[in-house]
Amino acid sequence: MVEPAVDLAHGHAHDDHADHGPQGWLKYLWSTDHKVIAMQYMFTGMFMALVGGFMAYVFRMQLAFPGIDVPGFGAVSPGEYNALVTNHGTIMIFWVAMPVLLAAFGNYLIPLMVGADDMVFPKINRLSFQVFFVSTIVILASLFVEGGGFAGAWTAYPPLSAVAEYNLTRLGSTLWVIGVGLEFVAFLLGGINFITTLMNSRAPGMRAFDVPLVVWMIVVASILFMLSVGPLLAGAIMLIFDQTIGTGFFNPAAGGDPILWQHLFWFFGHPEVYVVLLPAMGVVIEIIATFSRKKVFGYRIVIFTVVATGVLSFFVWAHHQFIAGIDPRMANIFTITTLLISVPIAELCFVYIATLYGGSIRLTTPMLWALAFVAEFLIGGVTGIFLGAAGADIYFHDTYFVLAHFHYTFFPIAIIGTFAAFTYWFPKMFGKMMDERLGKWHFWLTIIPFNVIFIPLFVLGMGGQHRRIYNYNLHEDLNSEMFQDMRILATGALLVMLAAQFIFFYNCWKSGRSGPKAPKNPWKANTLEWTTESPPPHGNWHPLRMPVVYRGPYEYSVPDREDDYWPQNEPDGGPLKVIDGDS
Amino acid sequence: MNGFFEFFRVDYFDPLIKVASSYAADIDGLIWLVLVVVGFWFLVAEGVFLWFIMKFRARDGRRADYIDGTNKRHKRWITVPHLLVLGFDVLIIVVSFNVWYRIKMDLPENPDGGVIRVIGQQWAWTFQHPGADGELDTPDDIFTVDELHVENNRTYHFELQATDVLHSFSVPVWRIKQDAIPGRTITGWFQPTRTGEFDVQCAEICGFGHGVMIARVMVEDEETHAAWVEANTPATAAAMVGAVTPAPVAASLAAEAGPAPNGHGGH
Repeated sequence: MVEPAVDLAHGHAHDDHADHGPQGWLKYLWSTDHKVIAMQYMFTGMFMALVGGFMAYVFRMQLAFPGIDVPGFGAVSPGEYNALVTNHGTIMIFWVAMPVLLAAFGNYLIPLMVGADDMVFPKINRLSFQVFFVSTIVILASLFVEGGGFAGAWTAYPPLSAVAEYNLTRLGSTLWVIGVGLEFVAFLLGGINFITTLMNSRAPGMRAFDVPLVVWMIVVASILFMLSVGPLLAGAIMLIFDQTIGTGFFNPAAGGDPILWQHLFWFFGHPEVYVVLLPAMGVVIEIIATFSRKKVFGYRIVIFTVVATGVLSFFVWAHHQFIAGIDPRMANIFTITTLLISVPIAELCFVYIATLYGGSIRLTTPMLWALAFVAEFLIGGVTGIFLGAAGADIYFHDTYFVLAHFHYTFFPIAIIGTFAAFTYWFPKMFGKMMDERLGKWHFWLTIIPFNVIFIPLFVLGMGGQHRRIYNYNLHEDLNSEMFQDMRILATGALLVMLAAQFIFFYNCWKSGRSGPKAPKNPWKANTLEWTTESPPPHGNWHPLRMPVVYRGPYEYSVPDREDDYWPQNEPDGGPLKVIDGDS
Repeated sequence: MNGFFEFFRVDYFDPLIKVASSYAADIDGLIWLVLVVVGFWFLVAEGVFLWFIMKFRARDGRRADYIDGTNKRHKRWITVPHLLVLGFDVLIIVVSFNVWYRIKMDLPENPDGGVIRVIGQQWAWTFQHPGADGELDTPDDIFTVDELHVENNRTYHFELQATDVLHSFSVPVWRIKQDAIPGRTITGWFQPTRTGEFDVQCAEICGFGHGVMIARVMVEDEETHAAWVEANTPATAAAMVGAVTPAPVAASLAAEAGPAPNGHGGH
C-alpha cells in the first residue's frame, strides 16, 4: 500500500524516506500515486492528441488542395492518405479520448472524490499505465515500419486487415492490432481499480447516493468497457493469427467469415462510445452544478438513466452493419433499439438543461466548456437519429454525414469535455489559477472553427460524398466548385482551430509558472477533492484528518444557510475549526 | 396515411443530389421526416437552454433556487418530453420500416431489365450485363469494367459479389448502397428513373486504390441502350475485349502497387 505523507506542513515528507526506492525521474516512472499516474495518462494523451491533430491537418490539406506538398509532410499518396485517416481515428479514440477522460480523470478524481488516500491496487494501477505506455510506442512505431502504417480504417474490417497481399502493410497492420490489444489490456487493469475503489474505499458516511455523478459515470463506463472488450480482444488475437500464422478466421477464401469480425468489433465499438461519453457527461454535470449553484435536477434519475443507457448500449451494435450484408430482418430489430437509446440520452440532456433552471450562472471558462458540450452534443445526438433509422442509413452509411455526426459526438466528448475538466480542476492539479482571459479566447477560437469545420461536412455527406477517399475531384459528380469550396472552408477552419491550441498551451505554461496561487476551494464547490490542499499531497489528506461525509455532493443554495454551498464533509452544526491555517 | 407520406416524397434535395431511382424519393422522404422531428426538438432544446443561460445569469442579491427534481410537479418537465421523444421515435421507426422493407426486403419479381452481376475487386468494378437475350451466363453477356449500362425506367436485379476484400456498391443518385462480401452473392434491386451519367463510388475502404475505385453508370433511353447492346454484343472474343475499358487511373495505380490478387486462391 501507499505510505501516507506523515506531515502536511512538509509537503515533500515522502521524499525523506524515498531513498530505498528509485530516484529522480525514475521515481515518477515507478510512482504508484494515483495523481502521478493520472498526469502520466494525461500528458501521454495530450501528446497523442497533437499527433492525431497533425494527421487531420495533413489529410484535410490534401482534400482541400489535392496533390499539394503539405508543409511539414510532403505530397500525400493514396496509401499514406488511408494510413493517416486510419490512425487519426485509432489514436483519437484509443489514445486520446480514453486515456484522458477515463484514465487520467478517473485516476485523479475517484480517490479524491470518494475520500480515499489512493486506489485500492496502486501497483496494478502503475502496471496499467506502463502497459499503456508500451502500447503507445507500438502504435507510433507502426507508422514508420516498412510499407507504412496500417491503412484499413480504424474498424479494421477483414479480409483487408487480415491479408497482407490485400492491405500491402504487412508489418504496419500487425503492429496496429498488437498496439490496440495492449491498450485494451491497460484499460482492463485500470478498470479493476476504478470499480473496486468506489466499492471499498469511500469515506466514512458516504453512501451510494452521496457519490458525485462523475465518479458514478466513470465507474459505469469502466464496467461497460470491461464487459464489452473481451470479445474484441479475442477477435484481435484471431486477427493477429490470420495475419501472421495463416489461420482463416475472417478470410472467406479459407472458410472464415469477415462479418464475424464486424460483430465482435461493434459489440465492443458501440458501448465504447458510451465508455468515453459517460465520463465527459459526468465532468459536465459537476461543472454545471458548481457554476449555476444548483443541486443536480434528479440525481437518482441521472444514475438510473446512465445504467439504462449502459445496458441498452449492448443491443445496438448492428446499426453499424445495416448494409454490411446481415439479414435485412435484423436491421429492423436494431433500428428499434437504436432509436430507443435516444430516450435516455435525451433525458440526460433535459436533466442538464433543467439543472440550469433557477440557477445563478457564472460563465467561467470551465462553465463555458461545459455548456458548449451540451449545445454541441445535442447536434451529434439528433443527427444520430438519421443514421439509426435503417431506411435513411442506406443512403447515409459511410458518407461524410456519418463522419460529421460522430465528430459532433466525439469532439464534444474528447476535446470539449477534456478542456472543461482540465480548466475546472487545473487549480487543484497544479495549485495555480488559470488565466480567464486567455481561457476564453481559447474557448471561442476552438468552438467557432469546430462548427465551421463540420457543418459543411454534413452538407457534403448529404451530397453523396463517401469517406476515406483521397481525392474527390476524381469523382465527376463530386467535382463541383461548391463542394470544393466547402472542403477548403473546412480545412481553413481546422487550421484556425489547431493554431488556437497554442493559446491553451501558453496559458498552461504561463498560469503554471506565474498564475495566482489556488486556494483549497476556488470555485466554492462541495465535493471532497476541494477539501484538501491544491495540489493534494501524497496520500491526499493528512492521515489523521481523512474526510468524513455527511451529505450528498450537490447541496448548493440550500435555503436558510448563509453560504450557497455546503461541502460534503461539513457536519450539520457548521464547519469544523480548521487547524492547519490554510484558508 | 398514404397522403402523409406522399407529402414527404418530393425532390427537396435535388439541387444537392439528384433523385434518379424509383425509391430515392422514399429515402428522401424519410430523411425529411426525421429532419422535421429532430429539428423541432433541437430548436426547442437549444432555445430553452440558451434562454435559461441568459435568464439565470448570476446577479448580486439573487440566490439560486433549491430544486432537487424529486417532486412530481418538477419531474413532469422531464417525463413529458421523455414520452414525447418515445412517441416520435415510434413514428420514425414505422416509416423507416416501410422504406427499409421496400428497398432491401421486397425484391420485385420478374424484373423487366434482367439481372446484372456486379463484381468488386481491388480496385475496379466489373459489370456483367445480360445482353440481348436477357439471361445471365449466356454467350451474349456483355462484360464491362467501371461502366454500368442500364435502360431508364426498367427494374433490375443485381447480384453483388467481391473477389478479394469487402467493397460497397454505392450509387448516390439512386440512394443505393450494399456491401459486397467475398464468397457471398447478395441480391438487390433498383429502377433508374432519370437518364444521364452518374458516379458509382466504393463505400467501403478496400486498400491502396480505394479512392480511385470509381465507376460510372450510364442510364440510357430505350433506343440508345438497344444500340449499345447491339454494338457490344460479343460476336467474337475480340469484341468482348473492346468493351473492356478500365479507367486509366485505376490501371496505373494497380500497376504501381503491384499486381492485385485475384480470385479466392490461397491467402
